[in-house]
Amino acid sequence: MSDETVKNGAGRDGSGHDGSGAVEAGVGRSNKPAEILLRIRGLKIEGRSGETWSEIVKGVDLDLHKGEVLGLIGESGAGKSTIGLAAMGFARDGCRISGGSVEFDGLDLVKAGVRKRRRLRGSRIAYVAQSAAAAFNPAHKLIDQYTETPVQHGIAGRAESERDAIELYRRLRLPNPEEIGFRYPHQVSGGQLQRAMTAMAMACRPDLIIFDEPTTALDVTTQIEVLAAIRDIVQQFDTAAIYITHDLAVVAQMADRIMVLRYGKLVEEAPTRTMLSAPKKDYTKSLWAVRSFHAEERPRPAGETPVLAVEHVTAAYGKTRVLHDVSFEIHRQRTVAVVGESGSGKSTTARVITGLLPPLEGRILYKGKPLPPKFSDRSKEQLKTIQMIYQMADTAMNPKQPVREIIGRPLKFYLGMNGRQREERIRELLSLIELEPKDFIDRLPGELSGGQKQRICIARALAAEPSVIICDEVTSALDQLVAEGILKLLDRLQGELGLAYMFITHDLATVKAIADEVVVMLQGKVVESGPKSEMFTPPHHAYTELLLSSVPEMDPDWLDELLAARARGEAGGKIEAADN
Amino acid sequence: MGKILVMVAQRLALGLLTLFIVSLIIFLSVELLPGDLAQEILGQGATPETVAVFRHQLGLDLPAHIRYLHWLGGMLQGDFGQSLANKRDIAELISGRLGNTLFLAGLAAVISVPLALTLGILAALYRNTFFDRAVNVFALSSVSFPEFFIAYVLILFLAVQLGWFPSISNIGPNTEFFERVYRSLLPALTLTLVVMAHMMRMTRAAIINLMASPYIEMARLKGLTPRRVILHHALPNALSPIINVVALNLAYLVVGVVVVEVVFVYPGLGQLMVDSVSKRDITVVQACSLIFAATYVLLNLTADVLSIVSNPRLMHAR
Amino acid sequence: MEAALKLLRSAPATAIFGVTVIVTYVLVAIFAHWLAPYGETQIVGAEYLPWSDQYLLGTDNLGRDMLSRLIFGARNTVGIAFLTTCLAFLLGGLTGLLAATLRGWVDQLFSRAIDVLMAIPALIFALLILTVVGTSIPALVCVIAVLESTRVYRLARAVAMNIVVMDFVEVARLRGEGLAWIIRREILPNALPPLVAEFGLRFCFVFLFISALSFLGLGIQPPTADWGSMVRENATLITFGDITPLLPAAAIALLTVGVNFVVDWFLHKTSGLKT
Repeated sequence: MSDETVKNGAGRDGSGHDGSGAVEAGVGRSNKPAEILLRIRGLKIEGRSGETWSEIVKGVDLDLHKGEVLGLIGESGAGKSTIGLAAMGFARDGCRISGGSVEFDGLDLVKAGVRKRRRLRGSRIAYVAQSAAAAFNPAHKLIDQYTETPVQHGIAGRAESERDAIELYRRLRLPNPEEIGFRYPHQVSGGQLQRAMTAMAMACRPDLIIFDEPTTALDVTTQIEVLAAIRDIVQQFDTAAIYITHDLAVVAQMADRIMVLRYGKLVEEAPTRTMLSAPKKDYTKSLWAVRSFHAEERPRPAGETPVLAVEHVTAAYGKTRVLHDVSFEIHRQRTVAVVGESGSGKSTTARVITGLLPPLEGRILYKGKPLPPKFSDRSKEQLKTIQMIYQMADTAMNPKQPVREIIGRPLKFYLGMNGRQREERIRELLSLIELEPKDFIDRLPGELSGGQKQRICIARALAAEPSVIICDEVTSALDQLVAEGILKLLDRLQGELGLAYMFITHDLATVKAIADEVVVMLQGKVVESGPKSEMFTPPHHAYTELLLSSVPEMDPDWLDELLAARARGEAGGKIEAADN
Repeated sequence: MGKILVMVAQRLALGLLTLFIVSLIIFLSVELLPGDLAQEILGQGATPETVAVFRHQLGLDLPAHIRYLHWLGGMLQGDFGQSLANKRDIAELISGRLGNTLFLAGLAAVISVPLALTLGILAALYRNTFFDRAVNVFALSSVSFPEFFIAYVLILFLAVQLGWFPSISNIGPNTEFFERVYRSLLPALTLTLVVMAHMMRMTRAAIINLMASPYIEMARLKGLTPRRVILHHALPNALSPIINVVALNLAYLVVGVVVVEVVFVYPGLGQLMVDSVSKRDITVVQACSLIFAATYVLLNLTADVLSIVSNPRLMHAR
Repeated sequence: MEAALKLLRSAPATAIFGVTVIVTYVLVAIFAHWLAPYGETQIVGAEYLPWSDQYLLGTDNLGRDMLSRLIFGARNTVGIAFLTTCLAFLLGGLTGLLAATLRGWVDQLFSRAIDVLMAIPALIFALLILTVVGTSIPALVCVIAVLESTRVYRLARAVAMNIVVMDFVEVARLRGEGLAWIIRREILPNALPPLVAEFGLRFCFVFLFISALSFLGLGIQPPTADWGSMVRENATLITFGDITPLLPAAAIALLTVGVNFVVDWFLHKTSGLKT
């Protein structure tokens, strides 16, 4: 272990709590330049939209040393995945490398022949895709897909690489390493598949691996295992890596050096610790600051009946029970965050509240009075008071309707507004969500950006003049800066209009930012609930603790300390420190 | 593995049920006749007494469900009843002709399936090249042509002007195999042109769809040769859609044969059916319909079962 | 109009060809009376006369002018096919949209019934029914419309199913909108492009289907001028190397090719597919 650390040069051996480590790492790299493995100069990549080509990567330079892990971060459209693939001399259909050079170990991949490039891929440069479930061929067993690369490249025989596969599966801490390879991809869970894919990338012991958002599709508690496994294996074999992600906290754990990209250009580049502690550019600073937004907690109105109460709800899809005895309350001007991983039943709870899924037992009370279980039995007045905002603003708006109709319909339908009055109210609502009315009122959803779409959805919900808004993962499809804007907007509206929010999310950072109360769900049950301040101070329920401790933090030592703490048997070793 | 057996069994049961309902529809459609069969055959001039006697002879005075069971039972034993037009045994009329029709469809399949699959795969691989566009235009045009147009154009050029083939497929029970192939070649070629376009386009679409999937990108990023990417990674997954395309078109072949048989005066089941329709020889039409429908249902059923079996996700359940 | 012209200018050659063909056919069908030199069923001379100045395309098996019948055929064959397709769309489209929106037993009922109907090959089914009810034009139109509506149903349902699961439809439901509004305002506008394309393809299919039946002598009955029957009536000429009977067949082929080209272009444009 210590050997690799020396070679890596970055003081990331799990014991470097001292702040000086950051400086040393940065200086150490520049003083003792390791051999350069990958040198990208003036890389330009064009993408085709319709009949025209437009530049998506606009001249990027990049150096990667042997054994170094470089983090590429940026928001969607920054061109980070495209650069990652270009490092293999590859461009997706509809893209082309239009300029610059990609020199891998002295060979320019842009100019090299097809055969030369092919010989490098898989053997010396390997790739780990975002969705392992989609990137494994469903027709073949995992181990056959593992052995394929060494066998086809003539590096090892089949039997030999099968033994090697099992060894790597073991090192990546996959359960049943002897057997798991003989399963088909759809028979293995997401987190395990992602590790199996990392093993596959390692099959020829490449010099460089491109990790393209390998944990984005996973739940937080699963993410930890995958992150730890990836980091260990990369260190053990002294493999250089390009780690692509949009998640700062993740890249802080993985990378020695970070490059921040925006609109296909480099914004800033520095060793991890320097970058985290002292970002120079405004854009980087704003990215860093995102997580610092915290809504002011609003007081719980004493003695008031809750606007909405979920009472002992049990619900099922067909015969499978998905909710068991769920209860919680939402008060005026308060935000209840319902947290849980995929399959925990948080969205189902929303479906029960809106009346899409009538519960088997239990009921929903609005201001103390029970609502009919089915939405079709509810009155217009009842439907109007509970509005919903969805995760994918794209699919939540009819692409054929202009903004005027999207916001105008509830005004007409619920409030009977027409003509001038409606037009004025639409404009008022647009100003309320901070969009210039005259620019936006005639646009179609296709002409809006992601954040603008979500704002229109908010305006549509507000048009009905509801008392409760259910926000179902409303920020998880958005870039962090945009998401922060949406959260701030929702918070402001709550203050002005006295709305009650039910905020469904899997992201604890969002919870910290906006919640007044938290409900933690696991497998259809409420595990723990209470005010935010209580939730983030121990003692926690075991699952809450696991969940809380699994959220990556911007501290580069976080993962090491967490793993050390877990090894000692205290799951959430670091939480107290972080929250103080 | 158990799950897949259940699925196949379910599919087979559903197929049988469909066949049963189809036979019921074919039987009942005759009941829609204004008046009844006896009246229809004897014409308006017959006295009520003769009609009643004839009706009794045909068994038409029995209730419908009993007649249905008789009819179906007879069919299953190969007894198709008598032709109304010439009182001949239908089984006798059909036997040789069914063989001829299946021979023609089979010949067309042997030519068209490999050709269409190859062209479809090539078009997918050389996407957006001149070859692809040419294949596409050809396919678009040939689905647009009526069968008889293709048939007559082939006759005009290959039979009348060049004299390579006979314009009429004169086939008897004693025609020897190669002579039979030679005489059936022109109709088979027509059918080939008719079904090939569809098969080709669907094969191309299936492959292109597949080539865009992340696991194909992964295979390419593993540095595999294009040949291996296609044969080892794309093909096993393309099997299910391709099998479907083939079976669908085979089913269509058996039916599409009707028009082609008429053009080439080919002594098959289709021609018999068309003749019987113009003579309103209902019992023969019913028998032919049932045979055609059954073939169609069975081929579609085969496609379904094969595509279940060739789907790796179903084959290796969790 | 200007926009349409601009759109056309950006279209590929095949699409322009298709549009030209369709427009020509429609014009010929509308102005058949003025264009045709002789009447539809008028016997003008001896049988099978060769091409001449008087009878540009010669005469048919009964001594009627070929060109005139070809022109009237445009009206009859294309008109009947168009009518049938509209009927099929009304029937299949409506039931398909309803099934997708309502789901539950309505969907089950419609879908299973359609499965059975589709298990019988269309041509065979048509032949069977036409034997029973006789070959009249109304019967023909109804039978084919019902048979084709099954395919329209399948497509309409599949397309609508994809839209029904979208959140914006859920939003409308939760708002309390009625069924008619949801289908008309939320689903239909989004389902339109594939349905329009399907209309083109279905029309071709119906057109070929009717022509095939007519060719077999079981479709549009004489003396109405119809392209399918014209091929049948004059087919003997082909064995003498005369291409005149192929002209009506070619007329059928040309129109379907044209429609197919336009549909192909339309699909490309609306789906944004760059295959």
